[in-house]
Amino acid sequence: MITVGIDLGTQRIKTVVLKDGAAIARAQAFAGFDPTKAAEQTVQEALTSANLKLSDVAAFIATGSAMEMAPYNAGTVSMMGADAKAGVYLFPKARTIIDVGAEEARAVKCDEKGVMTDFVVNERCAAGAGAFIEAMARALEVKLEEMGPLALKAERASPINASCVIFGESDVVSLIHRQESKPEIARAVFDAMADRISSMMHRLGINPEVVLVGGVAKDEGFVASLNRKLGLTVLIPEYPDYVGALGAALIAATRAKEGAK
Amino acid sequence: MKKPSTVKGLEYWRWQEYQRIMPNMKWSSKDIITAGVDVGSVGSKAAIMINGQAYSWGITRTGSNSPESASKALNFALQGTGLKASDLKYIVGTGYGRVNVPMANKAITEIACHAKGANYIWGPSVRTVLDVGGQDIKAIRIDETGKVVSFLMNDKCAAGTGRGMEVFADLLQIPIEDIGDISLKVEKEPEPVSCTCVAFAKTEAMGLLRKGWSKEKVLAAYTRAMAVRMANLINRVGLERELVITGGQSKNIGVVSRIEIILGVKTLPMPRWRDDSGLDPMVAGAYGAALFAKALYEKAQKA
Repeated sequence: MITVGIDLGTQRIKTVVLKDGAAIARAQAFAGFDPTKAAEQTVQEALTSANLKLSDVAAFIATGSAMEMAPYNAGTVSMMGADAKAGVYLFPKARTIIDVGAEEARAVKCDEKGVMTDFVVNERCAAGAGAFIEAMARALEVKLEEMGPLALKAERASPINASCVIFGESDVVSLIHRQESKPEIARAVFDAMADRISSMMHRLGINPEVVLVGGVAKDEGFVASLNRKLGLTVLIPEYPDYVGALGAALIAATRAKEGAK
Repeated sequence: MKKPSTVKGLEYWRWQEYQRIMPNMKWSSKDIITAGVDVGSVGSKAAIMINGQAYSWGITRTGSNSPESASKALNFALQGTGLKASDLKYIVGTGYGRVNVPMANKAITEIACHAKGANYIWGPSVRTVLDVGGQDIKAIRIDETGKVVSFLMNDKCAAGTGRGMEVFADLLQIPIEDIGDISLKVEKEPEPVSCTCVAFAKTEAMGLLRKGWSKEKVLAAYTRAMAVRMANLINRVGLERELVITGGQSKNIGVVSRIEIILGVKTLPMPRWRDDSGLDPMVAGAYGAALFAKALYEKAQKA
């Protein structure tokens, strides 16, 4: 059975094609001004790479902040539900999933079946999400992907107001004027985010094993800071940014089976 | 002087620094001359008082160095008064940079100073003070003597603060001193922007501009969202009349009038009972600090 999961995030759309319980194709695109069209493109691209057609798909499930704009009359699942499902699929012992995206961060607790039992969300504040790293990279005048490697070179972190992007930007500018080193500023940015994520997790209670997903999980600077802060090594899947879409595709398969009965 | 066009866009946030000396006030060496220096994150304010009455004050922009900003503000307040720093019997420092006011005899929190200053400006009927500063918002309940009863604070977030307003002034290319009036130039109040986070609100505002919204309408939607946030803080601390607003945003008519509508109460206008006062609510913390300075000086003399 073929199912498709589409994760319509604030910045990017991710699509996963699932065949008999295994992910066989992926594609992503910028959400842009027309998330529906961008989602269609990712689905077409992923299906084509797997030599499949739209008519082969048994079910579509969408997730993500723009899930209601999904094409193909896709059903929906909450982002927390999708994270929990995929987290336990990828790491069967995992009971806590942290998802750090461009504009939102979530910590999800789940049971052994991958059913979400509790969650905490950081929303409507850019300081706890990928947007913070982007803003600080702009202020530091380095590329986003340079931030992680820079931070790893630092022994310590510079003092910055890390609880607000707006104040953080001003602080970074004055630190640059004082000729503080860029690696130390970059590390401060990741340490600050790790602080926020870890306080979210403490509200939820940390149950090892902890899985880190979402686009920001690809940033080694953030991962190092988070591991240091939590005092453990978070598990990161091969395609952390596709986890929401994978969860949606897995749930699509479950629902299609139930529907067939 | 005409500024080169390349930097023009960076200057919309810049508000006027100014100094004022009250007319018809005399001083002699027998008077208790005190000063309050309020080093805020955005503005540094200093007030000179003679026997507990405001004589002069100055407002300057805070630089990256707190001690320098404190001296700059104090010297600005002293300018043209004939007073020297050595004539000051006691100085109290307050504000976010209060531990870095080198000339101060003592530091007192800005919450206590704003409470005292609001009581001084408006009199004993004030019970709730909303202080909107450069980087935080405080709702303070006070008694008839200006003493703090309780307070709530929103810090570490730019939403609703003066800094957040500066970001919007820059984004919309409207001088900061005009944004209040301009935000009221809408026929119908639009829905507030949905994001309170300034970083996200910026993105949302750019989207609205692209959709063809006027600057006035975008500013109204943002100001509304910020006013809702401030009104919520006041409600959480418990609104008791009379209500006054201090700090830089007390000058933003767009914010003040919306808070009044949301809460259904009028804020106190500038008082008439103190003739020719012209006291500035942005200087409330410095007035309060100068009053504490007088009380502390008198206490030290008795001891």
